[in-house]
Parts: sequence; C-alpha cells; structure tokens
Amino acid sequence: MQKYSIFSLIKNAFSNHQNWDVVWKDPVPKKEYEAIIIGGGGHGLATAYYLAKEHKITNVAILEKGWIGGGNVGRNTTILRSNYMWDANGLFYEYGMKLWENLSQELNYNVMYSPRGIINLAHSDAQLNTYARRGNSMRLNGIDAVMLGREELKKMIPFADFSATARFPIFGALMQPRGGTARHDAVAWGYARQADSMGVDIIQHCEVTGFDIQNGKINGVQTSRGNIKTKKVGLCVAGSTSLLAEKLNMKLPIESHVLQACVSEPVKPFLNHVVTFGAGHFYCSQSDKGEMVMGGDLDGYNSYAQRGNLPTLQHVLSEGVAMFPNLSRLKILRTWGGIMDMSMDGSPVIDKSHIEGLYLNFGWCYGGFKATPVSGWTFAHTIAQDKPHKLNEKFKLERFNTGNLLDEKGVGTKTWIG
Amino acid sequence: MLEIKCPHCGKRSQNEFSYGGDASIKRPELNKEISDKEWDDFVYLRKNLRGNHAELWHHIAGCRQWFKVLRNTATHEIFRTAKIDEKL
Repeated sequence: MQKYSIFSLIKNAFSNHQNWDVVWKDPVPKKEYEAIIIGGGGHGLATAYYLAKEHKITNVAILEKGWIGGGNVGRNTTILRSNYMWDANGLFYEYGMKLWENLSQELNYNVMYSPRGIINLAHSDAQLNTYARRGNSMRLNGIDAVMLGREELKKMIPFADFSATARFPIFGALMQPRGGTARHDAVAWGYARQADSMGVDIIQHCEVTGFDIQNGKINGVQTSRGNIKTKKVGLCVAGSTSLLAEKLNMKLPIESHVLQACVSEPVKPFLNHVVTFGAGHFYCSQSDKGEMVMGGDLDGYNSYAQRGNLPTLQHVLSEGVAMFPNLSRLKILRTWGGIMDMSMDGSPVIDKSHIEGLYLNFGWCYGGFKATPVSGWTFAHTIAQDKPHKLNEKFKLERFNTGNLLDEKGVGTKTWIG
Repeated sequence: MLEIKCPHCGKRSQNEFSYGGDASIKRPELNKEISDKEWDDFVYLRKNLRGNHAELWHHIAGCRQWFKVLRNTATHEIFRTAKIDEKL
C-alpha cells in the first residue's frame, strides 16, 4: 500500500495526481471466508480492520448493501466524547477516546481529530449539581472533566445568550476538554483503506438476503451476489438490524427512528467548541468550512426513511436560537436524516447471540460515531475470541431480560418524553 | 409535515400528536403467572417493521384520545386511522 506523506504528495503532484493507487479494491466475493461482517459503515469497517490487525484474521469480507460510508457514518454531526457516568459506558468510550487520539497516525489517514472540547451547558442549580456528579464520576474513571462558571463561559462562548432576559439563563457547564470532532468520511475511508491493504474484501452493492443455519450454528449467508460460506458473522447494520434479525427469527430491544441534522451557510469562525443546550436537546459545532453543524431530537416515530419532517427541525433550531440568538440570521444550507437503532435503555449491545458464530452489534442510539474505533475494537475481540472483552462485557443482550440495564440517562427510545 | 386524521377530530398537523409506538404489543394478562421472558417481550422486544406498521398515537394537544394508525415506516404514508377499540 502506498504510504501517504508529504513526500508522496509532492511526488504525485508532478504527475497531476493521476497516478495514486486505488484506495480499496472492488473484489468478487469468494466462496468462503473465515469471518463475514455485514454492514460497511464505520463500525463494520473498524471491526474488519481490528480483526486483521489485532487478531490476524484477514480472510474477512465486509458485505455492504449500498456503498461504504453511505449510512450513518456519513450522516452524523462528527462529535467525539466519553463524558459518561456509569463505569461500563465511561471506561468503554474512554478507551475509544484513546484510539481516536492516535487514529490518524495509525491509519496513515488524516481523520482531522480536533479535541476542541465539548461543553454541556447547565441552566439551573439542580442541573449543575447533576453535572458535577457526572464530572466526578468521570474523573474517578480517569476521564477529563472540568466545571465551568458563567464568567468563564462568557469568555469561551461570547455569543451565547448571557442577557438578563434569557429564557434559560446559563448557570455554568460541564466540559470534557478532550472531546471534539473528527471528519467522519475520513474515518470510514481510512479504516477501509487499511483493512483492504491487509487482505479484507470490501464487497459493495451486495445485500444479505438470508442466513444458512444448521444445528444452531452459522454456516454461511445468502446474498444478492450468491451464497458465501463462513463460520462467523458479525452484524453491524445499525438502524437495519431488525430487518436482518427478522430473517433469524429474532426480536430485538430496538426501534428504528429518524434523526435529522443540518448545516448552515458557512460563516467566519465564531464557535471554537462543541456546545450542547442543557434545557432541551440541541448541539452544535462549527466545521472547518465555517458551517454550523447542528442536531437535536429524533422525529419521534418509527422510521426507515432517511429523511425527516420540518416540525422537528423547527423545534430543534428554535432551541439553538435560544442558546445562540445570532443563529437566527443564518440560512440553512442542507438537512438530512439517518436511521438510529434506538435501544430500550439508551446503551448498545455488543455480544454473542444464541446462534453459534453469530455476533451482534447494535443499539447505538444517537452516539454511534464516537464509538466507531472502540466498537470495532471490542467487536473484533468478541468475534475472534468468541467471548466479549472486559470493556464490552456489560453490553449484553440478556440485560433486558435480567434487569441489569445500562440506563445512563433514564431514557429509551421515547427520548422526547423524558 | 405529517397530516394525521384523528378518528374523533379529523385531519390535523402532526404537531398536535404524540407517538405511542407499536400497537400490536399486548400486556401480559393480569392474575396469571408471568415469566421474565413474557415481561421482556412486552416491555422491550419489538418487531420494528420496515413497511406498514400499526401504531398508537395520542391526540395530546386536541381531544387527548389514544387511537390507532396504519403508517408505512419507509415512506411515512398514512393509510388508515381507527378508534382505539376498533379494528384498524
């Protein structure tokens, strides 16, 4: 594989950049693989990469119905953080933050990791107290967290509404300084390029239509491009998980919902951090191009349509205007939607299933993007070793049956009620 | 904007409604021994259909009645609505 560097850039400039190697190949599916990952999104690509790199399993295929990086990994608001309170979540996502910090070097691909800090605004004393509690829990787990006062915030985010008439006055905030953003497409492409170079077959436009199961064991998958044999199958299909589960006669604790995001027209830099509104559900950051990247609530009903409706967008953006009044003068450039696999306790599942050789990875709710490296890392371990890693042993499917829920925020699929 | 026909009030904008999820879910019967599996099924497990989906909606900013809607989850098209005790 061609290494990307300043030297390869200069060298290729002499031939007008016409001679770069293809970044990943377009292979014909083989008859058999050691493992198959269904879904060529961020999590699937990362899983294949770590299977090859950490576990030396390179005879792997990624089967993607559309094209890689065309789903949620290209539709999110690119936020990275590990500001969780429960140990299971905090330690898991913090391991992910450590992977993010070195990801550009590791993949030899600039994922534009930007630890600009994520600020959760508080609008009451009670909210500040709960943030302090969460911040303390984070620090006990070795995660960076600082409390910010109103005066500090005035210097950091001067355009927020600090007026005496603000409907939701800003009392303070919890900040994770190492939180930030990364370029989501680059994450998908970087993982794909490295996985491909280690021998993983990335097979696009290949839909899985059924499973070959004998005596409770996976034997292979049926696809739109023929049958493929394998002993291990990993599901990484986010919002479409229930569709594959139906083919396996399984019902899962998720609902698929549409979540919208949008960007404004580009403007000069005025926001250096990721900021979330504490009195509702709104978050924004400014992209390197100058666009305000904004998101918030789900549309609020089961949906597989990758587009939402205007009432939700209006609701979300009105929260944005309450936080940053000057947003009201911006025009919206683009809006889009992605299908979230909303789990019933707000936490994911990375686990084995009752079928031998079938592994599950779903339930990422709003937060799948930041988990991309650690989800892939732990899922690869789960598949290769046939047992969960310590980091994901709490993300069991059976927790819904046993009652050991990971209800970080006490909300499930109906977050608009909570 | 979804337009939902409340069986009591007629066609209104989605802003007046709140969503109640899958209408095919049945609560385990009272006065009966109920296994953990049955509770799991009722509380957490969903078919999560892509396509026509029978679901509950609540006319919360209107007549405050719950009712049933048959809606396509891939296109958002609404085919029928019915009162809560009627067949959809």
